[in-house]
Amino acid sequence: MGIDTSMIGRTRPGGTLLVTRSRLRHFAKATGQTDPLFVDVETARRQGHRDLPVPPTFYFAVDFEMPDPFAYLTEAGVDLRAVLHAEQRFVYHRTAYAGDELTSSSVVTDVFEKKGGELRFLVSQTPVVDVVGHTVVVMHHTVAVRTLPGAAA
Amino acid sequence: MSAPPLEPGSRVADLEIPPISRTILALFAGASGDHNPIHIDLDVARSAGLSDVFAHGMLSMAYLGRLLTDNFPVQQIRSFSVRFTAITPVHGEPTCRGVVRAVDRVGDESTIALDLGVVLADGTPTVSGEAVISVEAPEPRRQR
Repeated sequence: MGIDTSMIGRTRPGGTLLVTRSRLRHFAKATGQTDPLFVDVETARRQGHRDLPVPPTFYFAVDFEMPDPFAYLTEAGVDLRAVLHAEQRFVYHRTAYAGDELTSSSVVTDVFEKKGGELRFLVSQTPVVDVVGHTVVVMHHTVAVRTLPGAAA
Repeated sequence: MSAPPLEPGSRVADLEIPPISRTILALFAGASGDHNPIHIDLDVARSAGLSDVFAHGMLSMAYLGRLLTDNFPVQQIRSFSVRFTAITPVHGEPTCRGVVRAVDRVGDESTIALDLGVVLADGTPTVSGEAVISVEAPEPRRQR
């Protein structure tokens, strides 16, 4: 089993994340971000922002905010140990801030293979919207599934 | 924030990242919401035939995001995309680089296209990508 072209067009619900200052500070710590804009509310306000801004790649976390974000892969028979992140793209419509509640959803836009099927790729498009449904960012996400050593072909 | 370079070929200052510790991988798993154990659990990594855990690709992209926001206002970033070309092992030391590829005008907005890359200390390229940033219109400044 695994991913195949029958998955193209398949939709899946995403996550809903209430972005908190605490979570953004955690993300800043994990990524070595020391710019006070991303951790200090007063600095953010002095620079004209209404709260801590969401950094460019944090939006990816919205789609993980559910009990099993990898279910769409494991239910297709994919061994998570074989999954690699191949490509990622963000197209920004506006900046989100701490206090915003963001929701994602996805559609599979392509499935293809390379190296005679040794590597299979699944491409998803994932818009992230705010509470009134306005698009904040659109994410394009490509995972590669490799053949694990010793796995049956 | 330093004045952004606007000529094609201009480089932004490299962002050098200290060696990625296991603590960083654990923090990033929690902060990013990506709890895939392959990045934080040595037993799982070994069961997949790897000698050790490796960093989340999105950690490298987050470092490139820092390169962008070190040089440009976060709200000016229009798009940001990468290809992950090699795994970043634990203890890897990435360096993020950016160079202006083009200065364009799209509608009434001036944008710059930046070529982005991440390389490890041994020279291995791990990420390549690009970003499009909106920059202020040339003088006279537009009224809003």
